[in-house]
Amino acid sequence: MMILRGRAYKIERDNINTDEIIPARYLNVSEPEILGKHCMEGLDSDFPKKVKKGDILVVGKNFGCGSSREHAVVAIKSCGIGAVIGESFARIFFRNAINTGLPLVVSEGWSKEISTGDILEINFERGIVKNLSKKKKYNITPFPKFIQEIIKSNGLMRYLKNVKRAKDIAAR
Amino acid sequence: MGYTLTEKLLLAHTKNKTISPGEFIYASVDLALANDITAPIAIKVLKENNIDKVFAADKIALVLDHFTPNKDIQSAEQCKLVAAFAKEKKIVHFFSPTGGNAGIEHILLPERGLVLPGYLVIGADSHTCTYGALTAFSTGVGSTDLAFVLAEGKIWLRVPKTIKVIFHGKRKKYVFGKDLILYLIGKIGVDGANYKSLEFYDKVTPPLCMEERFTICNMVIECGAKNGLFPYDEITERFVKLHSKKKYKVYHSDKNAVYEDVIEIDVGGVSPQVALPPLPSNSVSVDELKEKIYIDQVVIGSCTNGWLYDLKIAARILVGRKIHPNVRLIVIPATQEIYKQALKEGIIEVFTNAGGIISPPTCGPCLGGHMGILADGERCLATTNRNFVGRMGSTKSEVYLSSPAVAAASAVAGYIVSPEEIRK
Repeated sequence: MMILRGRAYKIERDNINTDEIIPARYLNVSEPEILGKHCMEGLDSDFPKKVKKGDILVVGKNFGCGSSREHAVVAIKSCGIGAVIGESFARIFFRNAINTGLPLVVSEGWSKEISTGDILEINFERGIVKNLSKKKKYNITPFPKFIQEIIKSNGLMRYLKNVKRAKDIAAR
Repeated sequence: MGYTLTEKLLLAHTKNKTISPGEFIYASVDLALANDITAPIAIKVLKENNIDKVFAADKIALVLDHFTPNKDIQSAEQCKLVAAFAKEKKIVHFFSPTGGNAGIEHILLPERGLVLPGYLVIGADSHTCTYGALTAFSTGVGSTDLAFVLAEGKIWLRVPKTIKVIFHGKRKKYVFGKDLILYLIGKIGVDGANYKSLEFYDKVTPPLCMEERFTICNMVIECGAKNGLFPYDEITERFVKLHSKKKYKVYHSDKNAVYEDVIEIDVGGVSPQVALPPLPSNSVSVDELKEKIYIDQVVIGSCTNGWLYDLKIAARILVGRKIHPNVRLIVIPATQEIYKQALKEGIIEVFTNAGGIISPPTCGPCLGGHMGILADGERCLATTNRNFVGRMGSTKSEVYLSSPAVAAASAVAGYIVSPEEIRK
């Protein structure tokens, strides 16, 4: 996953919490297909119909605050969102996204210039976000090396496997 | 350079010689926790990755509490799956209504003496931060993180910066730990401590009791904190000795520890609080409410305020009174033990005489699961921890947060009032 291109879908709000992303009444299941159908239901019940596969969700500050439910990340991924750009992310949501391979980008104020429908291109390797529709370019601060390794492994459990494999090879 | 309490606790769980904020560490876990909502995904992750063994069957707690007693077929299936996993892996600390071990995780585990000072606890539940009251490092994570812990007994953490919070002064009547944490969240905002540790100092007269400290630590997630904790003192010691015979190690922060910020709160200036929807940070003094906020439901319970102590506070206000005819009062003792004790002490009778109904131990209504779901336009005053849009049911309903004292008084009045008000 080096370059990701997609249409922006913007929700201009801070503190979107996990109860809004996936209301608790759906936590009696864990199937991605079911959770995806109810993504953002606490905010906009038509959300899954409005987004397309590969869309990039653009949000404000403290996205994903509240409950630790990983169902929130599962729902977002399942309804087709390819990445989330936010001004900041709540701690547990950030971990859940990194751990399960949902790419996150922290904007430093520039996400305000994005409108729904803009075509964005995120180059994770080079740390650049391009707004192709508005011909704008933004630099992103790369995540710490350790986080990057988890992202490169496509999630925490694969990272664990890779580390173990490397240890096994080293022990031989 | 000295260490804060969180830095001390984290360092003790690594092989590192030193530690500093911002650094990534690989820490060993003393207790891992999951519930009927988060465990199923963790179990699935373990299966997908062909991981058969858990790191230590006696260092894992699985608690079926969110949608129990099973609210529907799907919840029953999830509980069945977790119970089967617990049996297969011989998990020592498995709690469910089956066999008489019902209870809300964050009250049940301290009650059973499973969290001790000095521990590092990781739970797949955001309110795992509650155990900081026991001078433990304790934080919430998601299911994949928990699967990793179940497999390895370890977790990656980034060392947080610490903010020191000093509560001092003489508190007014009817001001409790709940009021102090609501006041603090109101002051710093819902992301005011994002990624940070809150180190609390209790210089309050009369001092905060253990239950109040649990309430305060329980809600640090509502201002984004990674963890919150109280230093060990005689109040901690009394609680721990009452609930466990195990040995433990006590850590203290260094005198020259480095804090990112120091917040001092003179509790003498804090009145009973209520957090208006839709954020816990919308806290205001009940006395300052400009108009009468009529309510349809009152919930007293949850991992925030479901202790026997909390029930007693509410009962003291309700004794000899009746709830307002427009209000339903739902009282939820957090554990089977608390329920039994409340029965014995006549507290349950006070609630039922007042017109309240008693629910079995469950997280239930707090997260809009069951046992008190709200319809369009309904309002609830709850002693729980979140008042987000739709948290307790319809997206057109509203949740207000308060202490058990304000909740009980309001159940009588029919609108949100300070306990002083109904005593007039």
